[in-house]
Amino acid sequence: MTFINYASREINCKIVYYGPGLCGKTTNLQHIYDSTAPQAKGKLISLATETDRTLFFDFMPLELGTVRGFKTRFHLYTVPGQVYYDASRKLILKGVDGVVFVADSQEERMDANIESLYNLEENLQTQGYDLNELPYVLQLNKRDLPNVIPIDELTHELRKKDEPVFEAVAMDGTGVFDTLKAVAKQVLTELRKG
Amino acid sequence: MAHSPFILQEQQFQKIKAILARLCVECAARVVFLVDRDGQTIAFHGDIGDMDTTSFSSLAAGNVAATSSMARLIGEDAFPAVVHEGERESIFISVIGRSLLVVVFDERSTVGLVKLRTKRASYEVAATLDEAARATAAYSFSTSVFSEITDEDIDSLFS
Repeated sequence: MTFINYASREINCKIVYYGPGLCGKTTNLQHIYDSTAPQAKGKLISLATETDRTLFFDFMPLELGTVRGFKTRFHLYTVPGQVYYDASRKLILKGVDGVVFVADSQEERMDANIESLYNLEENLQTQGYDLNELPYVLQLNKRDLPNVIPIDELTHELRKKDEPVFEAVAMDGTGVFDTLKAVAKQVLTELRKG
Repeated sequence: MAHSPFILQEQQFQKIKAILARLCVECAARVVFLVDRDGQTIAFHGDIGDMDTTSFSSLAAGNVAATSSMARLIGEDAFPAVVHEGERESIFISVIGRSLLVVVFDERSTVGLVKLRTKRASYEVAATLDEAARATAAYSFSTSVFSEITDEDIDSLFS
Protein backbone atom coordinates (compact mmCIF):
# COMPACT_ATOMS: atom_id res chain seq x y z
CA MET A 1 0.00 0.00 0.00
CA THR A 2 1.52 3.28 -1.08
CA PHE A 3 2.12 5.50 1.94
CA ILE A 4 2.10 9.25 1.34
CA ASN A 5 3.42 11.48 4.09
CA TYR A 6 2.50 15.10 3.44
CA ALA A 7 4.54 16.34 6.38
CA SER A 8 7.81 14.87 5.15
CA ARG A 9 6.73 15.11 1.47
CA GLU A 10 7.40 11.42 0.80
CA ILE A 11 5.82 8.72 -1.30
CA ASN A 12 6.72 5.18 -0.22
CA CYS A 13 5.92 2.18 -2.41
CA LYS A 14 6.56 -1.55 -2.05
CA ILE A 15 7.79 -3.72 -4.92
CA VAL A 16 8.19 -7.48 -4.55
CA TYR A 17 10.42 -9.71 -6.68
CA TYR A 18 8.80 -13.14 -6.98
CA GLY A 19 9.87 -16.35 -8.71
CA PRO A 20 11.11 -19.90 -8.22
CA GLY A 21 14.16 -20.81 -6.14
CA LEU A 22 17.53 -19.74 -7.60
CA CYS A 23 15.93 -17.72 -10.43
CA GLY A 24 17.92 -14.59 -9.55
CA LYS A 25 15.65 -12.43 -7.39
CA THR A 26 18.37 -11.65 -4.85
CA THR A 27 20.86 -11.11 -7.70
CA ASN A 28 18.54 -8.44 -9.14
CA LEU A 29 18.53 -6.60 -5.82
CA GLN A 30 22.25 -7.07 -5.38
CA HIS A 31 22.89 -5.49 -8.78
CA ILE A 32 20.59 -2.55 -8.04
CA TYR A 33 22.36 -2.10 -4.71
CA ASP A 34 25.85 -2.27 -6.23
CA SER A 35 24.97 0.15 -9.05
CA THR A 36 23.19 2.82 -7.03
CA ALA A 37 24.81 5.89 -5.54
CA PRO A 38 25.20 5.62 -1.72
CA GLN A 39 22.90 8.59 -1.06
CA ALA A 40 20.04 6.95 -2.98
CA LYS A 41 19.95 3.67 -1.09
CA GLY A 42 19.76 2.21 2.38
CA LYS A 43 21.28 -1.05 3.52
CA LEU A 44 20.60 -4.28 1.69
CA ILE A 45 19.17 -6.59 4.34
CA SER A 46 19.23 -10.31 3.62
CA LEU A 47 17.51 -12.76 5.92
CA ALA A 48 19.22 -15.80 4.49
CA THR A 49 20.26 -19.29 5.48
CA GLU A 50 23.87 -20.23 6.10
CA THR A 51 24.09 -21.26 2.45
CA ASP A 52 22.86 -17.85 1.26
CA ARG A 53 19.38 -19.01 0.28
CA THR A 54 16.72 -16.45 1.12
CA LEU A 55 15.00 -17.54 4.33
CA PHE A 56 12.46 -14.76 4.84
CA PHE A 57 13.20 -11.82 2.56
CA ASP A 58 15.82 -9.47 1.13
CA PHE A 59 15.09 -5.79 1.45
CA MET A 60 16.54 -2.54 0.22
CA PRO A 61 15.10 0.98 0.16
CA LEU A 62 15.79 2.96 -3.00
CA GLU A 63 15.21 6.68 -3.36
CA LEU A 64 14.71 7.63 -6.97
CA GLY A 65 14.25 11.36 -6.76
CA THR A 66 11.46 13.88 -6.51
CA VAL A 67 8.11 13.96 -8.28
CA ARG A 68 5.95 17.06 -7.87
CA GLY A 69 7.82 17.95 -4.70
CA PHE A 70 7.52 14.48 -3.16
CA LYS A 71 10.52 12.23 -2.57
CA THR A 72 9.78 8.82 -4.10
CA ARG A 73 11.09 5.88 -2.17
CA PHE A 74 10.72 2.31 -3.35
CA HIS A 75 11.03 -0.53 -0.87
CA LEU A 76 12.30 -3.54 -2.81
CA TYR A 77 11.68 -7.01 -1.39
CA THR A 78 12.38 -10.51 -2.60
CA VAL A 79 10.54 -13.60 -1.42
CA PRO A 80 12.16 -16.96 -0.65
CA GLY A 81 11.67 -19.06 -3.77
CA GLN A 82 11.80 -22.52 -2.31
CA VAL A 83 8.41 -24.23 -2.27
CA TYR A 84 8.25 -24.85 1.48
CA TYR A 85 8.60 -21.16 2.41
CA ASP A 86 5.09 -20.36 1.23
CA ALA A 87 3.98 -18.85 4.56
CA SER A 88 6.80 -16.29 4.30
CA ARG A 89 5.91 -15.44 0.70
CA LYS A 90 2.31 -14.69 1.69
CA LEU A 91 3.48 -12.30 4.41
CA ILE A 92 5.80 -10.39 2.11
CA LEU A 93 3.06 -9.78 -0.44
CA LYS A 94 1.06 -7.82 2.14
CA GLY A 95 0.80 -4.19 1.11
CA VAL A 96 2.51 -4.76 -2.26
CA ASP A 97 2.23 -2.03 -4.90
CA GLY A 98 3.96 -3.82 -7.77
CA VAL A 99 5.36 -7.26 -8.59
CA VAL A 100 8.26 -8.43 -10.72
CA PHE A 101 8.15 -12.10 -11.67
CA VAL A 102 11.69 -13.34 -12.29
CA ALA A 103 11.55 -16.44 -14.48
CA ASP A 104 14.47 -18.82 -14.91
CA SER A 105 14.91 -19.29 -18.67
CA GLN A 106 16.54 -22.72 -18.40
CA GLU A 107 14.55 -25.55 -19.90
CA GLU A 108 14.67 -27.69 -16.76
CA ARG A 109 13.20 -24.85 -14.67
CA MET A 110 10.06 -24.38 -16.73
CA ASP A 111 7.87 -26.41 -14.38
CA ALA A 112 9.24 -24.45 -11.42
CA ASN A 113 8.37 -21.18 -13.19
CA ILE A 114 4.81 -22.28 -13.84
CA GLU A 115 4.37 -23.53 -10.29
CA SER A 116 5.73 -20.29 -8.85
CA LEU A 117 3.54 -18.15 -11.09
CA TYR A 118 0.48 -20.12 -10.04
CA ASN A 119 1.58 -19.70 -6.42
CA LEU A 120 1.91 -15.93 -6.95
CA GLU A 121 -1.62 -15.63 -8.27
CA GLU A 122 -2.98 -17.74 -5.44
CA ASN A 123 -1.10 -15.82 -2.72
CA LEU A 124 -2.11 -12.47 -4.20
CA GLN A 125 -5.72 -13.57 -4.10
CA THR A 126 -5.32 -14.55 -0.45
CA GLN A 127 -4.19 -10.98 0.25
CA GLY A 128 -7.08 -9.48 -1.70
CA TYR A 129 -5.21 -8.64 -4.91
CA ASP A 130 -5.85 -9.52 -8.52
CA LEU A 131 -2.71 -9.94 -10.62
CA ASN A 132 -4.58 -8.58 -13.64
CA GLU A 133 -5.08 -5.27 -11.84
CA LEU A 134 -1.66 -4.96 -10.23
CA PRO A 135 1.46 -3.25 -11.67
CA TYR A 136 3.39 -6.23 -12.96
CA VAL A 137 6.49 -7.04 -15.03
CA LEU A 138 7.82 -10.36 -16.33
CA GLN A 139 11.60 -10.77 -16.40
CA LEU A 140 13.14 -13.67 -18.32
CA ASN A 141 16.43 -14.15 -16.53
CA LYS A 142 19.60 -16.16 -17.21
CA ARG A 143 19.48 -15.53 -20.96
CA ASP A 144 23.25 -16.11 -21.14
CA LEU A 145 22.99 -19.81 -20.33
CA PRO A 146 23.19 -22.42 -23.11
CA ASN A 147 20.04 -24.40 -22.38
CA VAL A 148 17.47 -21.61 -22.41
CA ILE A 149 13.98 -21.79 -23.87
CA PRO A 150 13.37 -19.38 -26.79
CA ILE A 151 11.88 -16.02 -25.80
CA ASP A 152 8.65 -16.50 -27.79
CA GLU A 153 7.95 -19.81 -26.15
CA LEU A 154 8.70 -18.56 -22.62
CA THR A 155 6.61 -15.46 -23.13
CA HIS A 156 3.73 -17.53 -24.47
CA GLU A 157 3.84 -19.81 -21.42
CA LEU A 158 4.39 -17.22 -18.71
CA ARG A 159 2.85 -13.94 -19.81
CA LYS A 160 -0.36 -13.35 -17.88
CA LYS A 161 -1.66 -10.17 -19.44
CA ASP A 162 -0.08 -7.40 -21.48
CA GLU A 163 2.74 -6.88 -18.96
CA PRO A 164 6.15 -5.67 -20.16
CA VAL A 165 8.61 -8.53 -20.69
CA PHE A 166 12.37 -8.09 -20.32
CA GLU A 167 15.25 -10.39 -21.12
CA ALA A 168 17.85 -10.30 -18.39
CA VAL A 169 21.17 -11.57 -17.16
CA ALA A 170 20.96 -10.36 -13.56
CA MET A 171 24.53 -11.52 -12.85
CA ASP A 172 25.92 -8.80 -15.13
CA GLY A 173 23.00 -6.39 -14.72
CA THR A 174 21.48 -6.78 -18.18
CA GLY A 175 17.78 -5.92 -18.04
CA VAL A 176 17.76 -5.32 -14.28
CA PHE A 177 17.13 -1.57 -14.35
CA ASP A 178 14.76 -1.83 -17.35
CA THR A 179 12.66 -4.21 -15.25
CA LEU A 180 12.72 -1.96 -12.20
CA LYS A 181 11.90 1.11 -14.24
CA ALA A 182 8.93 -0.59 -15.90
CA VAL A 183 7.35 -1.68 -12.64
CA ALA A 184 8.08 1.63 -10.87
CA LYS A 185 6.49 3.50 -13.76
CA GLN A 186 3.33 1.43 -13.50
CA VAL A 187 3.17 1.98 -9.73
CA LEU A 188 3.45 5.75 -10.10
CA THR A 189 0.93 5.74 -12.94
CA GLU A 190 -1.51 3.92 -10.62
CA LEU A 191 -0.91 6.65 -8.03
CA ARG A 192 -2.21 9.23 -10.47
CA LYS A 193 -5.52 7.40 -10.39
CA GLY A 194 -5.49 7.10 -6.60
CA MET B 1 -5.61 -3.95 -8.00
CA ALA B 2 -3.20 -2.48 -5.46
CA HIS B 3 -4.81 -1.29 -2.27
CA SER B 4 -5.58 2.43 -2.08
CA PRO B 5 -2.78 4.67 -0.84
CA PHE B 6 -2.71 5.80 2.78
CA ILE B 7 -2.17 9.52 3.27
CA LEU B 8 -0.85 11.15 6.41
CA GLN B 9 -1.54 14.87 6.50
CA GLU B 10 0.61 17.38 8.39
CA GLN B 11 -1.93 17.76 11.22
CA GLN B 12 -2.12 14.04 12.04
CA PHE B 13 1.63 13.66 11.59
CA GLN B 14 2.27 16.35 14.20
CA LYS B 15 -0.23 14.73 16.59
CA ILE B 16 1.55 11.40 16.23
CA LYS B 17 4.94 13.05 16.75
CA ALA B 18 3.63 14.62 19.98
CA ILE B 19 2.30 11.26 21.24
CA LEU B 20 5.62 9.57 20.48
CA ALA B 21 7.60 12.35 22.16
CA ARG B 22 5.56 12.05 25.34
CA LEU B 23 5.72 8.26 25.32
CA CYS B 24 9.48 8.38 24.88
CA VAL B 25 9.83 10.48 28.04
CA GLU B 26 7.26 8.51 30.04
CA CYS B 27 8.96 5.19 29.23
CA ALA B 28 12.48 6.55 29.60
CA ALA B 29 12.97 5.02 26.18
CA ARG B 30 15.86 5.53 23.81
CA VAL B 31 13.60 5.87 20.78
CA VAL B 32 9.97 5.23 19.86
CA PHE B 33 8.74 4.38 16.35
CA LEU B 34 5.38 4.16 14.70
CA VAL B 35 5.64 1.72 11.80
CA ASP B 36 3.14 0.62 9.20
CA ARG B 37 2.55 -3.14 9.18
CA ASP B 38 3.96 -3.16 5.64
CA GLY B 39 7.27 -2.01 7.10
CA GLN B 40 7.28 1.71 6.40
CA THR B 41 8.29 4.21 9.06
CA ILE B 42 5.42 6.59 9.83
CA ALA B 43 7.22 8.63 12.50
CA PHE B 44 9.77 8.31 15.28
CA HIS B 45 11.07 10.26 18.26
CA GLY B 46 14.25 9.86 20.27
CA ASP B 47 17.90 9.08 19.89
CA ILE B 48 18.44 7.04 16.72
CA GLY B 49 22.22 7.45 16.70
CA ASP B 50 23.44 5.81 13.51
CA MET B 51 20.53 3.35 13.42
CA ASP B 52 19.21 2.53 9.95
CA THR B 53 15.57 3.39 10.66
CA THR B 54 14.25 2.18 7.29
CA SER B 55 15.72 -1.28 7.76
CA PHE B 56 14.64 -1.31 11.39
CA SER B 57 11.00 -0.64 10.45
CA SER B 58 11.02 -3.24 7.71
CA LEU B 59 12.43 -5.87 10.06
CA ALA B 60 9.99 -4.94 12.87
CA ALA B 61 7.10 -5.45 10.45
CA GLY B 62 8.57 -8.75 9.25
CA ASN B 63 8.99 -9.83 12.85
CA VAL B 64 5.36 -9.09 13.74
CA ALA B 65 4.11 -10.69 10.53
CA ALA B 66 6.00 -13.88 11.39
CA THR B 67 4.94 -14.00 15.04
CA SER B 68 1.30 -13.27 14.13
CA SER B 69 1.35 -16.23 11.75
CA MET B 70 2.92 -18.37 14.46
CA ALA B 71 0.13 -17.26 16.82
CA ARG B 72 -2.50 -18.50 14.39
CA LEU B 73 -0.71 -21.84 14.06
CA ILE B 74 -1.08 -22.42 17.80
CA GLY B 75 -4.69 -21.25 17.88
CA GLU B 76 -4.21 -17.63 18.97
CA ASP B 77 -5.72 -14.82 16.92
CA ALA B 78 -2.56 -12.74 17.25
CA PHE B 79 0.11 -11.66 19.70
CA PRO B 80 -0.85 -8.09 20.56
CA ALA B 81 2.62 -7.40 21.88
CA VAL B 82 6.09 -8.76 21.26
CA VAL B 83 9.11 -8.25 23.54
CA HIS B 84 12.78 -8.85 22.77
CA GLU B 85 15.05 -8.48 25.77
CA GLY B 86 18.73 -7.94 25.19
CA GLU B 87 21.65 -7.55 27.56
CA ARG B 88 21.62 -3.77 27.21
CA GLU B 89 18.89 -2.77 24.74
CA SER B 90 15.40 -4.20 24.49
CA ILE B 91 12.46 -3.80 22.13
CA PHE B 92 8.76 -3.74 22.90
CA ILE B 93 6.30 -3.86 19.99
CA SER B 94 2.61 -3.20 20.41
CA VAL B 95 0.29 -3.97 17.49
CA ILE B 96 -2.30 -1.27 16.82
CA GLY B 97 -4.48 -2.33 13.92
CA ARG B 98 -2.40 -1.80 10.79
CA SER B 99 0.43 -0.14 12.70
CA LEU B 100 3.10 -1.02 15.21
CA LEU B 101 4.27 1.06 18.13
CA VAL B 102 7.89 0.10 18.72
CA VAL B 103 9.76 1.17 21.86
CA VAL B 104 13.53 0.73 22.12
CA PHE B 105 14.72 0.99 25.72
CA ASP B 106 17.68 0.13 27.94
CA GLU B 107 18.35 -0.52 31.64
CA ARG B 108 16.93 2.89 32.59
CA SER B 109 13.45 1.43 31.99
CA THR B 110 11.57 -1.83 32.45
CA VAL B 111 9.23 -3.95 30.34
CA GLY B 112 6.44 -3.34 32.86
CA LEU B 113 6.75 0.43 32.65
CA VAL B 114 6.97 0.39 28.86
CA LYS B 115 3.94 -1.88 28.60
CA LEU B 116 1.90 0.32 30.92
CA ARG B 117 2.75 3.61 29.23
CA THR B 118 2.39 2.20 25.73
CA LYS B 119 -1.19 1.14 26.40
CA ARG B 120 -2.51 4.69 26.73
CA ALA B 121 -0.44 5.94 23.82
CA SER B 122 -1.81 3.10 21.68
CA TYR B 123 -5.37 4.39 22.07
CA GLU B 124 -4.30 7.88 21.08
CA VAL B 125 -2.32 6.64 18.09
CA ALA B 126 -5.24 4.48 16.98
CA ALA B 127 -7.61 7.46 17.16
CA THR B 128 -5.22 9.63 15.14
CA LEU B 129 -4.72 6.95 12.51
CA ASP B 130 -8.51 6.53 12.26
CA GLU B 131 -8.69 10.26 11.65
CA ALA B 132 -6.04 9.92 8.92
CA ALA B 133 -7.92 6.98 7.37
CA ARG B 134 -11.11 9.05 7.21
CA ALA B 135 -9.20 11.93 5.64
CA THR B 136 -7.63 9.51 3.14
CA ALA B 137 -11.07 8.16 2.19
CA ALA B 138 -12.28 11.69 1.54
CA TYR B 139 -9.16 12.64 -0.42
CA SER B 140 -9.73 13.36 -4.07
CA PHE B 141 -6.84 12.08 -6.16
CA SER B 142 -8.37 13.44 -9.34
CA THR B 143 -7.82 17.01 -8.16
CA SER B 144 -4.59 16.38 -6.23
CA VAL B 145 -0.97 17.05 -7.10
CA PHE B 146 -0.64 13.34 -7.93
CA SER B 147 -3.06 13.60 -10.84
CA GLU B 148 -0.60 16.04 -12.40
CA ILE B 149 2.23 13.51 -12.51
CA THR B 150 3.28 13.16 -16.14
CA ASP B 151 5.14 10.40 -17.96
CA GLU B 152 8.05 12.86 -18.25
CA ASP B 153 8.10 13.27 -14.44
CA ILE B 154 8.36 9.52 -14.04
CA ASP B 155 10.98 9.13 -16.77
CA SER B 156 13.08 11.85 -15.18
CA LEU B 157 13.43 9.71 -12.03
CA PHE B 158 15.47 7.24 -14.03
CA SER B 159 17.49 9.66 -16.08
